[in-house]
Amino acid sequence: MTVFILRRVLQAILVLLVTSVVVFLGVYAIGDPLEILLPADASMAERAQVAASLNLDDPLPLQYWTFVTSALQGDFGRSFVYNRPALDVIFERLPATLELVTTSLILSLILGIPLGLVAGVKPGSVTDESIMTGSILGFSLPNFWQGMMLIMIFAVWLGWLPSTGRGQTGEVLGIRTSYATWDGFIHLLLPATNLALAQIALVIRLTRTGVQETMPLDFVKYARARGISERRILFVHVLKTILIPIVTVLGIEFGSLIAFAVVTETIFAWPGVGKLIIDSINMLDRPIVVAYILVIVAMFIVINLVVDVLYSLLDPRIRSRA
Amino acid sequence: MITMTFLRKSESMAARILRGLLSSPKATIAALICLILVFSAIFAPMIAPQNPYDLNEIDFFDAKLPPMSEGYSGMTYILGTDGQGRDMFSAMLYGLRTSLAVGVTSGLLAMLVGTALGLIAAYRGGFLDSFIMRFVDLMLGFPTILVALMVLVVFGQGVGKVILALVFVQWAYFARAVRATALVESGKEYAEAARCLGIPAWRIMGGHILPNCLPPLIVIGTIQVASAIAAEATLSFLGIGLPITQPSLGLLISNGYQVMLAGLYWMSVYPGLLLLVLVFSVNIVGDRLREILNPRLAQ
Repeated sequence: MTVFILRRVLQAILVLLVTSVVVFLGVYAIGDPLEILLPADASMAERAQVAASLNLDDPLPLQYWTFVTSALQGDFGRSFVYNRPALDVIFERLPATLELVTTSLILSLILGIPLGLVAGVKPGSVTDESIMTGSILGFSLPNFWQGMMLIMIFAVWLGWLPSTGRGQTGEVLGIRTSYATWDGFIHLLLPATNLALAQIALVIRLTRTGVQETMPLDFVKYARARGISERRILFVHVLKTILIPIVTVLGIEFGSLIAFAVVTETIFAWPGVGKLIIDSINMLDRPIVVAYILVIVAMFIVINLVVDVLYSLLDPRIRSRA
Repeated sequence: MITMTFLRKSESMAARILRGLLSSPKATIAALICLILVFSAIFAPMIAPQNPYDLNEIDFFDAKLPPMSEGYSGMTYILGTDGQGRDMFSAMLYGLRTSLAVGVTSGLLAMLVGTALGLIAAYRGGFLDSFIMRFVDLMLGFPTILVALMVLVVFGQGVGKVILALVFVQWAYFARAVRATALVESGKEYAEAARCLGIPAWRIMGGHILPNCLPPLIVIGTIQVASAIAAEATLSFLGIGLPITQPSLGLLISNGYQVMLAGLYWMSVYPGLLLLVLVFSVNIVGDRLREILNPRLAQ
């Protein structure tokens, strides 16, 4: 077990290192770092100062070392647009994104599991067919188009929900969140649905497969023999067994949801890191872009690592494969 | 019965695919739609009522007209006009052209790169194999949008860069499939026989094993073209994809989206629908191809 964890940690560090080399080469070696790290209207003095601080005369490996050590200390340079350390800007925006992603995950569980259970109990029935066709649609609709349609229907035509922005936030237990106010909550609904749709489809499929695999098992027959109602068997006994893989998959999806929030946040003008990165790319705010990529990749790797380790604790068969 | 099996066996792959497609009404319709869309993309300059990017042909007075309205010059705009007075129908045909070109090019390039690396991994084995496959796992583990963002940030923007980003995102799917098939095939008797005859390894791989890897390649290729089109549209919608000079469907949707909240829905909804129909029908054809070419599913 210790060997397995150690190996996975080493792999994670290796991936992070490779990413940092790629980003470093992209920013410092292929492009002109002065061009990239300085705003277009920088003065000669600023230019000279940045050039000196980057040690551009050093050999490339030494420059990389400087880049990595300052990055490890949280120094990714200052954003041109906000004129503040890049990492600060990102961490300030991260809670909004995390709120969106968490809400989507909750939505996908609340909607996906019951639908998957219903579909899985009677495979081939009309209910099953329509739920499964709906889930195929959820997979193949381009995310941004689906978001546009949500705005079109619920904000423009029906006028039920606000189309863009985050709305009022309030403080609960010291955390600023949209859940604290009604205005914030209704602003959260459309973006969260948009981000969750593919996830709901995924949960439906996982649950349906799980139900079909579990129903013929002996413990279900025992439960029936004991006279437990079908409904209770399905929603308590079967659900408990299939919940572990679903939660694991959603754990892995957490990382990619943060990445896909880029699209949702752009459509709904949600003030999280996803919108920040697109704005920063368009405004050539490179320090933010570099910091975003490394922070998100690091988060992604850590999440995957944690999920892998937890899963191998639950299911010893995984260990021998890695 | 014997003749039947014999006929089945000798039937060429193209004929098998065609028969399989035609036997499913859903796939037939989807394939027909794909054909129509590809033809209208290729012949867009002849079909389109106007050249939407020739300033002499567009009339600024016709800007923002709703669908089916008659323009200043007497021309009827079936799908309305955009903010510059461009006929939406023509703009969509040209956009379709760009979207398809980018999607198909990057799909084919990814297939080329992925197939080559997959074959090398299967044939060489050992360190090179585990190195390539680790890399494949890594690529498949990362969300596509993050990989595409990284490539675009590192290399900058433009048509070539978008294609590069899409190839980067997609090659791993091909590499994994080709390696798996090639490993199975190279253990079979005909490969063994070829080795005994002293045929050089690269010829066994390219001339004997590669043709047998074609079925999975065709299936993945179709589905990856659809996902490349959707990914390009997403990147263009975010404003980090194709430049404004080469508007794809994604860019048209993005432009229309800016005025959608003002009620000018046709500028984003129609290109969006076209994109949806395109991606959807390619996917349905891909799904059917998987059923036809996968002998396990066919039973």
